[in-house]
Amino acid sequence: MDEFPQGSVGLVQPKIQRFDEPLHLANGRVLPDFQLIYETYGELNNAKSNAVLICHALSGDHHAAGFYSKDDKQPGWWDNYIGPGKAIDTNEFFVVSLNNIGGCNGSTGPLTINEETGKPWGADFPTLRVRDWVETQKHLADMLGIKRWAAIVGGSLGGMQAMRWAIEYPDRVGHCVVIASALKLTAQNIAFNETARQAIMADPNFFNGKYYEHNSIPKNGLAVARMIGHITYLSSDGMGEKFGRELRSGSFSLGCDDPLEFEIESYLRYQGAKFSTQFDANSYILMTRALDYFDLAREYQHNAIDAFSHAMCKFLVISFTTDWRFSPKRSKEIVQALLHAKKSVSYAEIESSHGHDAFLVPNKRYNDVFNSFMKNVAADSKSINTKQGEH
Amino acid sequence: MRIDLDIISSYIKNNQDVLDLGCGDGELLKLLREQKNINGIGLENNHDKIFECIEKGIAVVEHDLDKGLQQFDNNSYDVVIMTLALQAMQRPDHVLDEMLRIGNECIVTFPNFGHWRARLHLMLYGEMPVSDLLPYQWYDTPNIHFCTVKDFENLCATKNISVIHKEMVYENTMTSFLCKMLPNLFSETAIYHLTRN
Repeated sequence: MDEFPQGSVGLVQPKIQRFDEPLHLANGRVLPDFQLIYETYGELNNAKSNAVLICHALSGDHHAAGFYSKDDKQPGWWDNYIGPGKAIDTNEFFVVSLNNIGGCNGSTGPLTINEETGKPWGADFPTLRVRDWVETQKHLADMLGIKRWAAIVGGSLGGMQAMRWAIEYPDRVGHCVVIASALKLTAQNIAFNETARQAIMADPNFFNGKYYEHNSIPKNGLAVARMIGHITYLSSDGMGEKFGRELRSGSFSLGCDDPLEFEIESYLRYQGAKFSTQFDANSYILMTRALDYFDLAREYQHNAIDAFSHAMCKFLVISFTTDWRFSPKRSKEIVQALLHAKKSVSYAEIESSHGHDAFLVPNKRYNDVFNSFMKNVAADSKSINTKQGEH
Repeated sequence: MRIDLDIISSYIKNNQDVLDLGCGDGELLKLLREQKNINGIGLENNHDKIFECIEKGIAVVEHDLDKGLQQFDNNSYDVVIMTLALQAMQRPDHVLDEMLRIGNECIVTFPNFGHWRARLHLMLYGEMPVSDLLPYQWYDTPNIHFCTVKDFENLCATKNISVIHKEMVYENTMTSFLCKMLPNLFSETAIYHLTRN
């Protein structure tokens, strides 16, 4: 294991699970069958009481921790917080991380062949809501024999899934960790998503979402969509600290007419271009819509307190000071509703200059709070394991 | 362990909903959970203390008490507690009103500034008292509203707040008798269990 950094789960391999049964979606449509790609880290104990579900955000996937090969330079997206001795300690927990349906990394989504037409679903893939993901995650839990998650953890859109679980399947969730999330998006937040979608749709290579049939990808549109997203995930100060007004090329010297490029321009273009070849445009549209549609309390007379009154788990809510896309104010709304519903909730507002992205970035206080909460989760799951062992 | 915590615990009934304002490291809520099986929540603003609460498995919400408690409904808790923090509030009188709006009962503890050593210090040195319990100088102390036991009872009287229990805590048993006789002079920490008439 020397070849991997300390605290890494090391080499990991995704698994694929097919579910040959119809999935009834929130919008009334039915997927005849579906598959999920997922990874697991750590070992499930005898009582199956130490399982932790990771719910990914907008452009996340199942690869949350570890490496795919010895030469792999890029660990999973939440490697900072998942691994032996880390906040989500794989010495204690059996961690399950999946790619949600509608995604483009191996679970059923727009890239999958629609059996009715023999062509990829593309833009015709049913619109999804967060509760549909929770249903598929429940299928996966059943398949793995997990009756109750020790904890369900998610940042941003992932936090929405965690909250949905807590109120729809209260007896199956021990703890719920909601990081940089919201009860529902604000108009401004939806506006950013719509601008990103319009950038994709305006790309001549989009072909109304049927670009696979034209052997094309709306790269430019997806890149712009990502750039818009990326700006909103960073804070103004953080961006200023990192890039300032530094020039990547050219000069403002009098008489100099070389093309000018700011560092931030180059960075955003690079991020956009990278993303445009890694992510599927239809998936991006679908995922942002699911984010827009989410409203935890919609089916509870728009009363978040009523919604949370169903929950039976303990909550940890975390926000970041410079996150303006999912601001601390949004997290406080969650906390307030939980307090009113008389639920056990802890809340911390973490200082960070990293904006919304802060939930992915190493940060001492964030790690301390997260880690100590998860230690209590581990103690709970151990006591269940011991109790069951006595029978 | 800490005598004031045991006294507070004796005022709490089993399974009550308890809100602890400025809950510190969560020691009291932990004790109440163990002794009285309460459903407790703490509010705290100090990062290290918040961490210690979470470590203990105590539910704690990061919140600056001077920003108010509007988010809490009337009578939403059985008991609202504030230990040794009233004197650090911008408006202790408003806080007391809020505690009795949110809770059916409240428990407050505060350092008695009428204690003989504080009086002696001021009298002898002509300087604001600095002690082990209150180690701050006048300019950097978070304790901006000191009061004596007598001051506090006057406030309760004007606010029509009635005292269910009170207990004065002192440094050793020697002063126990004196404390009972002359609480304003001999008690170091005052504990009041209050309700609105």
